[in-house]
Amino acid sequence: MASLDEVRQLKKEQIRSLTMCGHVGFESLPDQLVDRSIQQGFCFNILCVGETGIGKSTLINTLFNTNFEELESSHFCPCVRLRAQTYELQESNVRLKLTIVNTVGFGDQINKEESYRPIVDYIDDQFEAYLQEELKIKRALFNYHDSRIHVCLYFIAPTGHSLRTLDLLTMKSLDSKVNIIPLIAKADTISKSELQKFKMKLMSELVLNGVQIYQFPTDDDTTAKINGAMNGHLPFAVVGSMDEIQIGNKMVKARQYPWGIVQVENENHCDFVKLREMLICTNMEDLREQTHTRHYELYRRCKLEQMGFVDVGPENKPLSMLATGLQETYEAKRHEFYGERLRKEEEMKQMFVQRVKEKEAILKEAERELQAKFEHLKRIHQEERMKLEEKRRMLEEESIAFSKKKATCDLFQSQSFMASGSSIKKDKDRKKIDAATAFCDCLTAKERMRLCVTPPRKDLD
Amino acid sequence: MDERRSLSPCSSRPSSPRTPPCEILGSVGIEAVLDQLRIKAMKTGFEFNIMVVGQSGLGKSTMVNTLFKSKVWQSSLPNLELPMPQTLELHSVTHVIEEKGLKLKLTVTDTPGFGDQINNDKCWDPILSYINQQYEQYLQEELLITRQRHIPDTRVHCCVYFVPPTGHCLRPLDIEFLRRLCRTVNVVPVIARADSLTIEERDAFRSRIQQNLKTHCIDVYPQKCFDEDVNDQLLNSKIREQIPFAVVGADREHLVNGRCVLGRKTKWGIIEVENMAHCEFLLLRDLLIRSHLQDLKDITHNVHYENYRVLRLNESHLLPRGPGWVNLAPASPGQLMSPGPGKVRKRANKDPREDEC
Repeated sequence: MASLDEVRQLKKEQIRSLTMCGHVGFESLPDQLVDRSIQQGFCFNILCVGETGIGKSTLINTLFNTNFEELESSHFCPCVRLRAQTYELQESNVRLKLTIVNTVGFGDQINKEESYRPIVDYIDDQFEAYLQEELKIKRALFNYHDSRIHVCLYFIAPTGHSLRTLDLLTMKSLDSKVNIIPLIAKADTISKSELQKFKMKLMSELVLNGVQIYQFPTDDDTTAKINGAMNGHLPFAVVGSMDEIQIGNKMVKARQYPWGIVQVENENHCDFVKLREMLICTNMEDLREQTHTRHYELYRRCKLEQMGFVDVGPENKPLSMLATGLQETYEAKRHEFYGERLRKEEEMKQMFVQRVKEKEAILKEAERELQAKFEHLKRIHQEERMKLEEKRRMLEEESIAFSKKKATCDLFQSQSFMASGSSIKKDKDRKKIDAATAFCDCLTAKERMRLCVTPPRKDLD
Repeated sequence: MDERRSLSPCSSRPSSPRTPPCEILGSVGIEAVLDQLRIKAMKTGFEFNIMVVGQSGLGKSTMVNTLFKSKVWQSSLPNLELPMPQTLELHSVTHVIEEKGLKLKLTVTDTPGFGDQINNDKCWDPILSYINQQYEQYLQEELLITRQRHIPDTRVHCCVYFVPPTGHCLRPLDIEFLRRLCRTVNVVPVIARADSLTIEERDAFRSRIQQNLKTHCIDVYPQKCFDEDVNDQLLNSKIREQIPFAVVGADREHLVNGRCVLGRKTKWGIIEVENMAHCEFLLLRDLLIRSHLQDLKDITHNVHYENYRVLRLNESHLLPRGPGWVNLAPASPGQLMSPGPGKVRKRANKDPREDEC
């Protein structure tokens, strides 16, 4: 197969112009294209970079004439974060998927060295996602929700002096990745003469530091004049407001002050109309195209070169990604990921085993303790039991002895009563009484009390 | 490029919550984007590549001349001194035509010698390889590191197949060719030289051809599976009922009722090309140019080219693949048509087993 350049050359030579003798009818082609685009819908992503409270959300609301739900951000974020939200707007038959990305906490930190980093990373992440989709084997690019940032609205604080270091640093790091349109926010705080000076100062500083901001395209006849004029008005001084105030017999969007009313859509008051005109009505498509053909291609080229692909191999023969790099890199990545996955699996297994062992040890410990307690309690229990048994036995013995004694005592008493009636019995009684006395002497005082025994009276003789 | 990543906890892709469509309270000017698109299209111009396939003598070159109302080919009459081409050759010619400020870069590829040999086995191979060659060229350009701003598109957007007016049904050669090509490119079959058939014969022929196409599962343009919404379906089903169009080509003008019309003059009358009662040339022209040109290009780019790309990228991996290498996404309509992904899937299943052996 001939080299690409040769083929291109051949094709150029073969093309000739043809004149037609009649009406063929392909002037409907742009309509076909437009119909297809309407069916697919449009996608537009705006990144707003600016300090907290500078009016980013208000301006976006005013631009698109809608109240997007945006909460006020706090000033106390530890680092810069980006918050992205997607909205679906529809105007007549055009559907627009609008994504607004806001920087939260920009310029609030005490140390602002790393402020621009999250923004740059975010933009790169979107390019990366698109690149990954493009390099996939089975891809669906026509269905892909394009999240690459098409335009960056940079809000400059209206100090009236010059560009701040943070702004310069951020814009310098963003200018090769995204189309930047600088805006002067809260422009109703600057007077007209100050504004002119401020604008000139800003532009000269940007040019001096080599910051490439987005230039409205002037190559097409229909828009060249207006775009060229607008290029001279950059940066736009904007005021945003969704409040409506009655002026004359119309309700207009404006901000009311005690000293006057600033009308948002009045060209004499601020450049809001110019911004809307340029951003949406005239150049939305160009912004998207620039993002795709310039910024994205640059990112892609750098990324692929970094991954090790080259277009021209040794001996100046054109190499194709297909023949060399693609599968090697993929294979290498696959090995890497595979190895990574194995390693992670191993790690997790180890961790799992470890945990299981620990748990087992704990459980065993607990079991042993319980066992010891159980033994201990058992022993105590047994001891008590033995003691109680002992006591019971003693008590039983005592009660047996006691009952015996009681029986004997009763017998003696009854006999002594009978002995009081006869002398024959007297001797017996005497004996008995003596025996009883003797028995009673044996008893302790206590027992005597208990048995209610009184020593037999000797006068019975 | 810096490898350091910041600690910002933002997600790398914006989540698109299902927010209900927002109410715009006044005019914003989003509609103007349509005009921007138009302006851009006018500036860059359009490209269209068409291929005509059929046996010699069926009026392919004349048809192309009639479609674009100009002498696309140098001479429309066959040059009888030159011998018949022994093998199938492909001739490609590119022109830039302009109408009302709109530039169209038209490339027409002719295939003289198709089906003319005694043994026509595999006569579709050169055509298939030509089509694949165009895909390959585009793929190479797309994979470059430093890409062109606008990759020149030489891929065949539409292939018009001329069916000889036998009046019976599709011949084996036709069926073989159509079957193979409908998976790689958009095919529009037409009944050539329809002035040799009466209206009734035409209708009978047409219905038999439609039946043949259905029996052999040949999906010609407009394919049913790509109809996006109800309007498309309605429009396309009307067209599908009338495919293949019975066409007559002519590049000479004659006087009929005081008007100058393109037509063929015969002893028994003048066949007007642009008269719907005589032939269906207008339908073909409208389909190809006025209504479905963009659609043809879209399907070529989104479906046929993607299928080719998948096949090619999978083939270039000569090393054995591990488990889960081919991303088996759920089948989209294009996959059902092409043999590519089927082959790919089978290969993916085979390789692990080969590895294990």
